[in-house]
Amino acid sequence: MTAQSPQRSVPGEHPEWLWGEPDPKRSYDAIVIGGGGHGLATAYYLAKNHGLTNIAILEKGWLAGGNMARNTTIIRSNYLWDESAAIYEHALQLWEQLPAELDYDFLFSQRGVLNLAHSLQDVRDSVRRVEANRLNGVDAEFLTPEEVAKICPIVNISPDVRYPVLGATFQPRAGIAKHDHVAWAFARACDAMGVDIIQNCEVTGFVKDGDRVTGVETTRGRILSDTVGMVAAGHSSVLAQKAGVRLPVQSHPLQALVSELYEPVHPTVVMSNYVHVYVSQAHKGELVMGAGVDQYNGYGQRGSFHVIEHQMAAALELFPIFSRAHLLRTWGGIVDVCPDASPIIGATPVEGLYVNAGWGTGGFKATPAAGWVMAHAMATGEAHELGAPFGLERFSTGHLIDEHGAAGVAH
Amino acid sequence: MLQIECPWCGPHDETEYHYGGQAHVAYPEDPEALSDEEWAEYLFYRDNPKGPFAERWVHSTGCRRWFNVVRDTVTYEVLAVYTGARPEVASAGGDR
Repeated sequence: MTAQSPQRSVPGEHPEWLWGEPDPKRSYDAIVIGGGGHGLATAYYLAKNHGLTNIAILEKGWLAGGNMARNTTIIRSNYLWDESAAIYEHALQLWEQLPAELDYDFLFSQRGVLNLAHSLQDVRDSVRRVEANRLNGVDAEFLTPEEVAKICPIVNISPDVRYPVLGATFQPRAGIAKHDHVAWAFARACDAMGVDIIQNCEVTGFVKDGDRVTGVETTRGRILSDTVGMVAAGHSSVLAQKAGVRLPVQSHPLQALVSELYEPVHPTVVMSNYVHVYVSQAHKGELVMGAGVDQYNGYGQRGSFHVIEHQMAAALELFPIFSRAHLLRTWGGIVDVCPDASPIIGATPVEGLYVNAGWGTGGFKATPAAGWVMAHAMATGEAHELGAPFGLERFSTGHLIDEHGAAGVAH
Repeated sequence: MLQIECPWCGPHDETEYHYGGQAHVAYPEDPEALSDEEWAEYLFYRDNPKGPFAERWVHSTGCRRWFNVVRDTVTYEVLAVYTGARPEVASAGGDR
């Protein structure tokens, strides 16, 4: 074995500490609860877009140790409805700027995403989504099976399988990024602007003056702030309940897995809602695959093996070459799913308390836009135009944003 | 995979069942009197505890009947299977 070359193109080792480990101050201008991707992005844009630097991120565990470390890193914006396309496309445009802006190459790779269609209805829905995407300025095309095979030759386009590939949507600007490095890039930038990133600091309660939040109780003492944002993903409803706020989300285990390292065989990202699998190949060489959610509510950060088995069956039919691949490990994260498979961003009934939750199975791709919109709400007290449709009030007005079709994971 | 004991068919694999979410959510007694917020609560808001949770399951590939389970949402342990009113065991523990 020879020592690893410092010139290797794929970051492997944890870099030197990119952020400090401050003790919490008595008070801040704003507090973000949750040091995952969305929390980090929220703090980053609070500081960068709104000049708020006397702020803290409170993380109950370690930085980016929840879903930010567990997702399958897919980034795309090809959602059906106008409201979703707007916010996810904003995210994609931010992703395109962020490596330069953060001065950190987190391996954002715009290798395209194929969403396969396996039935006549699937084809119709896909074509409709492509047309809707185009009207919203999102790059999208519908491909024949032969065109799919040109982009990803290992996809089995034989008509003699149970669920043949009848076509696919393709978004060329979509892709993947290295999730840990995204978190570290945001954390370094936050730290440099003066944001306190406080790990091992769990919020145990809220301090309120009537209907207004004035601070939080934590495992490291009381910390005061008139502006608090909850960005707690799978634990959002548990956290919000401590503030007396009820959220229409249900938490489910969502699993993913990787294979051993292989030579490059998979040049893009392939998703199939119908047979339920999504696959890409990480820069290092692992095949990264996502499964479906377990049907039951759960916080255990693990799911049932039969979900993995079902997903492997689908993967093998679509990619016969995977039959010799060895599974390296599987893991689960907890995702908070809304009834309409769209997120909740904005104010809560408690004044000064904001929430960013309900991203369900697809939060990673939205990281920068979620932070952008959440920061706007926290700094100005007003909903950002991209966030306004995603307020809690939509559940009583009836203006749901039903993205079960484009959200990509069977709920 | 969970093993769930159907009250009528006995223990079977989780894959024989489908999940029905929170148990004991009654249809509004006077639907016309409900405000939009109350309708939202009935339609979209469900408890989501970290700990024991009373939930519905249906034995889809067996007797196709619905029943209730109290299950811990962290350990996934099934604490009770029942029909009718929620048993006492269910309320111990609470949110964690």
